[in-house]
Amino acid sequence: MDYDVLIIGAGMSGLAAGIRLAYYDKRVCIIEKHYRVGGLNSFYNRGGRKFDVGLHAMTNYVPKGVKLTPLPKLFRQLKLKAEDFALCPQRMSAIKFPDKTLRFNNDLDFFVQEVVDNFPAQADNFQRLLKTIFEYDELNLYAKPISAREAVGSIISDPLLIDMVFCPLMFYGNAQENDIEFGQFVIMFKGIYCEGFARPQAGVRQILDVLVRKYRGCGGELKTRCAVTSIQAANGRVESVLLENGEVLTADKILSSAGYVETMRLLSNYDPTGIEDKAGQLSMVEFITVLDKQPAEMGHETTIIFYNNSDRFDYRKPDELVNVSSGVICCPNNFQYQNPLPEGMIRITNLANFDLWNRLNEEEYKAQKAAWLGASLNEVVKLIPDFRDSIVFTDVFTPKTIHRFTGHINGAVYGTPNKTKMGITHLENLFICGTDQGFMGIVGAMLSGISMANLHVLQKA
Amino acid sequence: MTKEETKSVLMEIVAQIIPDEDLTNLKGDIPIREQVELDSMDFLDIIMELRKRYGIEVPEDDYIQLATIDSSVAYLEPRMRDL
Repeated sequence: MDYDVLIIGAGMSGLAAGIRLAYYDKRVCIIEKHYRVGGLNSFYNRGGRKFDVGLHAMTNYVPKGVKLTPLPKLFRQLKLKAEDFALCPQRMSAIKFPDKTLRFNNDLDFFVQEVVDNFPAQADNFQRLLKTIFEYDELNLYAKPISAREAVGSIISDPLLIDMVFCPLMFYGNAQENDIEFGQFVIMFKGIYCEGFARPQAGVRQILDVLVRKYRGCGGELKTRCAVTSIQAANGRVESVLLENGEVLTADKILSSAGYVETMRLLSNYDPTGIEDKAGQLSMVEFITVLDKQPAEMGHETTIIFYNNSDRFDYRKPDELVNVSSGVICCPNNFQYQNPLPEGMIRITNLANFDLWNRLNEEEYKAQKAAWLGASLNEVVKLIPDFRDSIVFTDVFTPKTIHRFTGHINGAVYGTPNKTKMGITHLENLFICGTDQGFMGIVGAMLSGISMANLHVLQKA
Repeated sequence: MTKEETKSVLMEIVAQIIPDEDLTNLKGDIPIREQVELDSMDFLDIIMELRKRYGIEVPEDDYIQLATIDSSVAYLEPRMRDL
């Protein structure tokens, strides 16, 4: 055997799993098809500027000293210090719907008061919802999936409040159209409303640098520009992994963060029956604008706005290229940094249709990016000060970009709606971690890698 | 390794795994998890750390033996005597 464990994909989950395994002296290798790590949460440079992909903010932020929540658990498990991520908390975020706005910061009591002020008739019901959430064991890998729409709908009787509470949780980590699995709902609810948002001043690079340094420091091997061509399986086991460069690697166990269907497709004896239709459908587009001033100077001080400008919040694959009627407006400047970021920036995320984007020729693709940037900006300036005259640079990434960088079928940001919580497959030594295992968000992704490494490798002496 | 050394090694491992906990008043005869925040993931790391440092394998059936500091020392002492 070349390795004890081979990890496919150097995203947040693969790196976290790698750290655990390398720290405990497993011979481990992470193979990543891109030249850069991060997967969905990565970064790039353009026009001399640094940009993040994916990460708007880390969820689950708690100040130093708070214990038992996912972030400190993660630091303990990865043998990192809270300072390593250099997280700066948000200022204030908001959920904006046509007639109501609910603001939230990193203090649950503030959010509860906002709910009570805006939905006084739901005050008691909201307390009951909180009780249900706190009593639920969302990390139980054996729990049966239940619908959050049903569970929450049986407690909160105002559909507008339900949609408003659901909106950020869906945009930040839900692979399912219009509903969300209740365990997932609880994870995201706690991560966003009970704990909160933060961002390192240097963005996602900070987190990835720390993870890669730790992993290598523990003796882990990382191969980038190293794509898997196929996984050879026989007798219910993976026997070897064939790489694009012709190399063949063997390992006792394989941990794949490539996605469930995506991993199955790599199998040499792949049988698509009952598997292909599991692929996720939800993709997104992001419009990135660089401004010639700090957004706060224009009166925009909110960190993240989750908006819906239509009658009903529709979280599903749009019939057009983009659905600009709802989305996320992130201002990376509006975190509590020591020093302001060098330039103003506003990022807008909307739901998008992969098939329609994928069908365009190069010229149409460029034209549609420009057209939808305009359409999205028109929608967004209804909610925040008009910043269009201050834009000095724009960039757009589409479902095609997401597909290219994550390998997710359909550019599905959050993978399949059918999560594999236990991480097991029909092959005894092939396991799933990351997006399709089902702990979402960046902290969730790292915890997924950790949990699967613990469960399937370290606990099996 | 003497019994005292075994105990000090164990305390050092626990301190390393939960660096944000105050262990000065940890009582030997009360389960560690009742006194400090130590979840099942942290507990696994005690087992892992013993394996990493001293090659000691603690089978899953014996995890219960590591509930308190005293019981851990009693369990580990014969296994670490020759180290």
